[in-house]
Amino acid sequence: MTYLAKPKLHHPTLPQNKVCYTRRDYEGKISTLCAGCGHDSISAAIIQACFEMDVQPHRVAKLSGIGCSSKTPDYFLGNSHGFNTVHGRMPSVLTGANLANRALLYLGVSGDGDSASIGIGQFAHVMRRGVNMVYIVENNGVYGLTKGQFSATADQGSQSKKGVINSDTPIDMASLALQLGASFVARGFSGDKQQLVPIIKAAIAHKGAAFIDVVSPCVAFNNHPGSTKSYDYVREHNEAVNRIDFIPRREEIVVDYAEGQVVEVEQHDGTVLLLRKLHREYDTHNRIAAMNYVAEHQAAGEVVTGLLYMDSAAHDLHEHLNTVDAPINSLQSAQLCPGKAALDKINRSLR
Amino acid sequence: MNAQLQSKPQPITAINDFVVKFANVNGSGSASANELFAKSILRMGVPVSPRNIFPSNIQGLPTWYEIRVTEAGHLGRRGGVDLMVAMNPQTWNQDVAEIDPGGYLFYDNSKPLPASRFRTDITVIGMPLTEIANVAYNEARQRQLFKNIIYVGALSVLLDIDPAVIETLFSEQYKGKEKLLESNIKALNLGRDYAKAHLPGIGLRVQPSDGVGDRIFVDGNTAAAIGCVYGGATVCAWYPITPSSSLAEAFQKYCQKLRVDPETGKNRYAIVQAEDEIASIGMVVGAGWNGARAFTTTSGPGVSLMTEFIGLAYMAEIPITIINVQRGGPSTGMPTRTQQADIISCAYASHGDTKHVLLFPEDPRECFDHAALALDLADRLQTPIFVMTDLDIGMNQRLCAPFEWDETKEYDRGKVMTAEELDSGRDFGRYLDVDGDGIPYRTWPGTHPDKGSFFTRGTTKDAYARYSEAGPDYIYNVQRLLKKMETAKSLVPQPVLRKAAVATRFGVIYFGSTSPSMNEALNALEADGVHVDAMRLRAFPFPDSVVEFIEAHDQVFVVEQNRDAQLRGMLINELEFSPDRLPAVLHYDGTPITARFITQAIGERVRTHGTEPASPRLPRSRT
Repeated sequence: MTYLAKPKLHHPTLPQNKVCYTRRDYEGKISTLCAGCGHDSISAAIIQACFEMDVQPHRVAKLSGIGCSSKTPDYFLGNSHGFNTVHGRMPSVLTGANLANRALLYLGVSGDGDSASIGIGQFAHVMRRGVNMVYIVENNGVYGLTKGQFSATADQGSQSKKGVINSDTPIDMASLALQLGASFVARGFSGDKQQLVPIIKAAIAHKGAAFIDVVSPCVAFNNHPGSTKSYDYVREHNEAVNRIDFIPRREEIVVDYAEGQVVEVEQHDGTVLLLRKLHREYDTHNRIAAMNYVAEHQAAGEVVTGLLYMDSAAHDLHEHLNTVDAPINSLQSAQLCPGKAALDKINRSLR
Repeated sequence: MNAQLQSKPQPITAINDFVVKFANVNGSGSASANELFAKSILRMGVPVSPRNIFPSNIQGLPTWYEIRVTEAGHLGRRGGVDLMVAMNPQTWNQDVAEIDPGGYLFYDNSKPLPASRFRTDITVIGMPLTEIANVAYNEARQRQLFKNIIYVGALSVLLDIDPAVIETLFSEQYKGKEKLLESNIKALNLGRDYAKAHLPGIGLRVQPSDGVGDRIFVDGNTAAAIGCVYGGATVCAWYPITPSSSLAEAFQKYCQKLRVDPETGKNRYAIVQAEDEIASIGMVVGAGWNGARAFTTTSGPGVSLMTEFIGLAYMAEIPITIINVQRGGPSTGMPTRTQQADIISCAYASHGDTKHVLLFPEDPRECFDHAALALDLADRLQTPIFVMTDLDIGMNQRLCAPFEWDETKEYDRGKVMTAEELDSGRDFGRYLDVDGDGIPYRTWPGTHPDKGSFFTRGTTKDAYARYSEAGPDYIYNVQRLLKKMETAKSLVPQPVLRKAAVATRFGVIYFGSTSPSMNEALNALEADGVHVDAMRLRAFPFPDSVVEFIEAHDQVFVVEQNRDAQLRGMLINELEFSPDRLPAVLHYDGTPITARFITQAIGERVRTHGTEPASPRLPRSRT
C-alpha cells in the first residue's frame, strides 16, 4: 500500500488559496487505514483547515506517537516534515522541536492509547507548559492496530467487539486538558466536518496549547451496538454547545445572525471567531464552568462537543522562557559563543 | 579544656604533602568552610585535590571532605589521612581509626571524652569550638556556621596558612556585603587567637610555592556546562538526579550571564526541567531533529529510562548529546558515590543492534572540551553522543588547565542541505550514503516549499526515507550505521600514550577519572623499576591505535572503576582479543580509585609474571 503513489495530475482549474496552493498540495500519501475509519475524516478536515488558513505546507511540522492515529500524518501535508516518534512520547518531541524553531506550526496527532495510557504523563505536562501547538487526539476508545483491546477512554460498561464489558472508569481527555491548563480545548466528532474544520482553524490561530479531542469511531473494532464510540451512538448523544465560524484576520465580518445568538471572539493574532451559541448559558471563557458542564453532561451519557474553552490572551512556552524572537536553530556561532575574552574572565574567576 | 598532647610513634612531619580530612554533619554549613580551607592553600601556590564524600541526604547524615595537599601535583586520591578534623560524633570511631599512625586528630573538646575513645599512636589536639562559638554568638544558626570558620582559623595557625590569603578570599566572596565579611573575619580570628594561645605546633605545614601556575580550580559539571555554552547548545532539557543536577544548573547560570541578547534582554537558549528523563531526552530528540544543538544531563538511572529514545535517535539519525555523570549502580545503587559502571549500558543503549559514541574526559578541562566537541560530533555523525564523566570529576573541584577556545572555529553543523542546494537539483535521499562515510544529508523542517521534506520514523525505511520492511533496505541502513561508527573512529579524541622509560611487554589501558591516580601510580611503579606503557582511552569506538597498542604488549592491564570490567569486555568483543591478554584491575567500592591501589595491583602482578618467559601471544581471531 505504502508505495502506491497518488496520480500527479492536477485539475488545471483547482482553486488556489492566498499562498497559491491548491487543496491537493495539502494532501499526503494514500491512507492505509480501514475504509470508513474516522481518522481519515480528521485528516481530510486538517487538509481543509490548513488550505483555508493559507498555511504554507512546508511550514508545518507534524508529529505523532504510535498507533493508527499516529500513522495519519503520512496521509496529509506531504510537503511537511513529519516525525513518527515513540509510543506516548510525541509531546516531549514536539516540545523540543518547538523550542528549536518557534516559527513553524506544530501539529501533534495522537490517539487515546497513545495519549491517555502510555503517554498520559507527557500529555499532562505539554498542556501545563503551554507549548504553542495544535494537539489532536483521534479518540476511538480502542487499540485498533493491535486488534481491539479497550483503551483508557472507553466508557465504563461499554462492550468490546468480542463482548467484553469495560469495568474501568474512562479518562475524559477534554476534561483533563481543561484541568491541566490547556488554553484552547474543544471536542469534535469525525463524522461532523462542518463543526470540526472551523475548530481546527481556530486552534491553528490560537497561540498556546490547543487541544482537540475528536471522537473518531473505529469501524473495525468499535462501531458495534454496545459501544459508546460508534457512529450511531455519538450521533444520538452529541450535545453541541456551539458552532463556530472562523474569520481570518482583517476580513470584513458579513455574516448576519440574530442578536444574542452570536458572540465575536477575537484571538491573539487578530483573527475572529463567530461563536454561534447553541446553549445560551455556556461561556467559553470560563474554565471552571466548562469543566462542570462537561462532567454533568458526561454523567448523563452525552458527548459534549464544540469549543469548550479558550483563553484568548494565553501565553506560550517561549514567552515563559523569554526566548529570542528568531528561531533558536537559526542562531550562529557569533550569537552563541561568548568568545575568548569572556572565557579568560571565567578562568580568572576560577583561580 | 587545654590542648591534649599524647604521642607515641614519631609524629608525621610533612611540608605541602599531606592529607586532611574533615568529618562533618551534612547541612551544618561545613562545605563552604572546607572549600575556603582548600582554596586558601591553593592561593599560596600549593596544589590541592579535594573530594566530597557525601550521603544521599540534606541534613543530619555524615559527610566528609578530604583534601590532599600536594606540592608534586598528584590530583588523585592518595588514601590514608594525616590530619583528621573530627566534627561528627556519629562517625568518631571510624574517623579516629582512619588516621595514619603518627597522624593528628583535631576535635571539639567542649564536652570531655574518656581516654578510651582516643588512640595512643596519634597526636590529639582538642579545642573547645562549641564553647567559643556559644560565647561569641547568640543565634543557633550563627553558632553552627561560625564554628566551622573558627576551626579554619585554628587550622590556619597549626598549618601556617597565611591569614591574609583567607581574608582576601572572604572579601571576594562577600563583595558588597560588609557585615558578612566582618563577621567571618571575626570568626576566623577567634580560631586563630585561641590556637596561638593554647595549641601546640604540629608537623604538617603549608609553605608558599609556585606549583599551581595558571591552572583553574573547578568541578567537572561546571566545566561541562561552560563547554555546552561555548559549543553552542541552545536547548537543554533535564531532570534532577545526583550527581548531574549541578551541570544543568551551571548551564542556566552561565547562559544567564553569557547568552542574553543585550538589546532585547531575551534568551538565546531554552532550558526546560522536564517531568522525567524520558521527556528530557524526548525534547532533546525533537530539538535535534529541528536543527538546534540540544543536550541532556543525567546519571545511570536516567539513561535506563532514556534508552527507547536513544534507539530512536540512533535509528532515525538525530543528533543528540547526553552527558552521563556516572554514579554507583545498579538501581539506586550508591547515588552519591562514584563509579565508571555505565560503559556498556551507554555504548549499546536500547534494543536491537545499537552502538553509540562515548567520550571519556579525564578532568574538568576535558569535560569542557568534550562537551563542546560532543555537540559538533552529534551534528556531524547525526547520532547520540555520550560524554561519560562521573561523580568524582563532576562534583569535585579539580585543578586543571584553563579553558581555551579557538575563536576562528565555526561550529560543525554537519551535512544539512539548504533550500539553495535543493533548488540546484541535488538529489536528496535522507538515508542515502553519497559520500561513502555512512553519513547521509538531512534537511531541517521548514526548509523548502516542495523539496527535501521527509517522514522521520524509527521503523525501517529505504534510502529516501520511505517506509520499508524489505530486507535489503534494512541491511543497507544498518550497515551504513556501522560505517558511520568507522567514520567516528577518526573524529573522536584519540588515545593518549605514555611510554615507559624502557621497553616493556606490559601495558595498561585506563580512562576517565582514573587518570590522576594512574599518572601517580605510573611514576611510583617506574621509580620501583616496574615499567608499563600506558594508554588513556578518550573515546569509543576504539581507534586503530588501540589495536596496535594491545598487539605491541603481552599483557595489557585494563583499569576500571566497576565490578564487571566493562571496558575490558568491550575491548575483547569489539577488537576480538583473547581475554587472557587483558587482565582486569578493578576498583568499585564507590570511592575514587587511588594511586596506592593501582601501584599495588599492577606492581604485584608484574613482579609475579615479569620474570617468566613471555607467553605466546594469543592471536586475534579476526586478523
